[in-house]
Amino acid sequence: MTTEANIFPKSEAIAMRPRRFTFDGWQIVAWIVLIVTTVIALFPMYWLFANAFTPILSTPPLTPIIVPAFKLDNFERLLVNNKFYLNWMFNSLLVAFVITAFHVVFDTMAGYAFAKKQFPGRNLLFILVLSTLMIPIHVTFIPLYIINRQLGLIDSLWALILPGTAWVFGIFLMRQYIQTLPSELIDAARIDGASEFGVFRHVIFPLARPAVAALAIFTFVRSWNDFLWPVIALNKPQNYTLTVGVANLQGEFMTDWGIIFSGAALAALPMIVFFLLFQKYFLEGVRMGALKG
Amino acid sequence: MTHIRTFLKKYGWGYAFVLPSLLTFALFTLFPVVWSFVISFQKYSLVRGGTWVTPIYANYTQAFTMLNGIFVTSIRNTIFYTVFTVTANIFFGLVLASLIQPLGNRLRTFFRAAYYLPAVTSALIIGLTWAYIYNAQWGFATYLTRALGLPPIRWLSDPDIALSSITLSAVLTLPATAIVLFSAAMGSIPQEYYEAAELDGANPIQRWWHITVPLLKSTTLYLTVLYTIASFEVFERIYIMVPSGVGNSTQTIVTQIYNNGFKEFDFGIASAQAFVLFAMIAALAILQFRVLRSDVEY
Repeated sequence: MTTEANIFPKSEAIAMRPRRFTFDGWQIVAWIVLIVTTVIALFPMYWLFANAFTPILSTPPLTPIIVPAFKLDNFERLLVNNKFYLNWMFNSLLVAFVITAFHVVFDTMAGYAFAKKQFPGRNLLFILVLSTLMIPIHVTFIPLYIINRQLGLIDSLWALILPGTAWVFGIFLMRQYIQTLPSELIDAARIDGASEFGVFRHVIFPLARPAVAALAIFTFVRSWNDFLWPVIALNKPQNYTLTVGVANLQGEFMTDWGIIFSGAALAALPMIVFFLLFQKYFLEGVRMGALKG
Repeated sequence: MTHIRTFLKKYGWGYAFVLPSLLTFALFTLFPVVWSFVISFQKYSLVRGGTWVTPIYANYTQAFTMLNGIFVTSIRNTIFYTVFTVTANIFFGLVLASLIQPLGNRLRTFFRAAYYLPAVTSALIIGLTWAYIYNAQWGFATYLTRALGLPPIRWLSDPDIALSSITLSAVLTLPATAIVLFSAAMGSIPQEYYEAAELDGANPIQRWWHITVPLLKSTTLYLTVLYTIASFEVFERIYIMVPSGVGNSTQTIVTQIYNNGFKEFDFGIASAQAFVLFAMIAALAILQFRVLRSDVEY
């Protein structure tokens, strides 16, 4: 196929031309669909931000704000009138950071052992982990609530961090990825005198970096966006994470929609910036996460 | 003693490496799942602990019969939401991925990113935004109906409409993961298939329907299972859009579990309902694997 194309590159180019021409009509339809759906996909977020950046003291205007005023009045009132907003942001950051760090280190270790090490019970343990992937997390909430209450952890960030370390998706992801790495590299490092931990630290971890990046991104975003368990586990406003806090803004500032819009927009902003910066890793990660064993 | 030492020397590192992750997994996932199953046969009080109910399955029967069968209604609502959301997600995913496929690399990356962007925002904030879009006074949807001269629609307060409005908001939240995965899978279909079909005189729609769609079957299966599970667990969107519900019309399985567990603190009933959810998800996933199982390899 390729040789033929190399021998007759011109004839192929000619053969392509009439096809393109006849499907111009289709192309116009395709572009319209693409543009309309892109607008639909992005409009809700855009509208939220347009409202957040336009001073709204009570009720928003009846004609929707499409072009924002690019003013920060709402954000100012949000941070002045809501003394906990920065606490929420800090709590969300701290929880997401600790959970992510745990998974990056320990899931990579576990993934490595499941992929490359031999020990009795290995497959059984892995199947056990795998089989819980489909269990709805809601099944665990009641016992988790009882446990955290007995430990006195309800209404503290520990109540979010401890269950957060139990997400098993990372073990699965890392095993799949590390399995594709050549075992010869491990043997070579061992012959060179590397310790068991040295092999992990200096061979496996660096080689698994693309999967580690995907794991870190997904764990962080998942923790940042988590809502149902935090709303159960946290009571006092100063202990809220951002999602819980934002959900409660509406009850608190019923008459000041500007505050509510800016509070929601500011909670969404870090992940959007994060995505725009690391887009490639996000999309690569989606693909990796779907790898099937 | 020497036995243990040689065993540890040989396998110790393997166990040491899996230990931290498996320990938290055992403590905060495995143990709670088992305990929750036990509680689903108990009456549980935070002060006095659990006592078995009689008959032993009483929580399960009560879960279905209490409050005039509100749980049955919520299952029906969940299925309604799931059918429309999953169908739309697969449809939009397939069509949009196909449309961006012939574009150049740069444009394809741009569209993938644009479709994916909203997916990094939490379901809660997306739901909140839609609650405002549907605001009866100044929401964008309300503005549209007024501008088109239509009678006002009570998007989120009419019991006959609220669930449809919520479902519509989910349908219009385009399926980011599906677009990315379909797009990636399409990239790995050998070009020769299309060239052969073209020689046979197949037009682009025929080529799409007879080559692309069948070869994407395993991706379609994966996404269908993924979206079905996610839709069955819908909560945030409803919690934030209709905080106190619109009668029973917006109750779903998870809002019921949440209400019974953490408003009424009836842990037995809530656990039983959580296991009903689990059973339904497992049954659906198995069914989908059977129906859509891919026998196409390429």
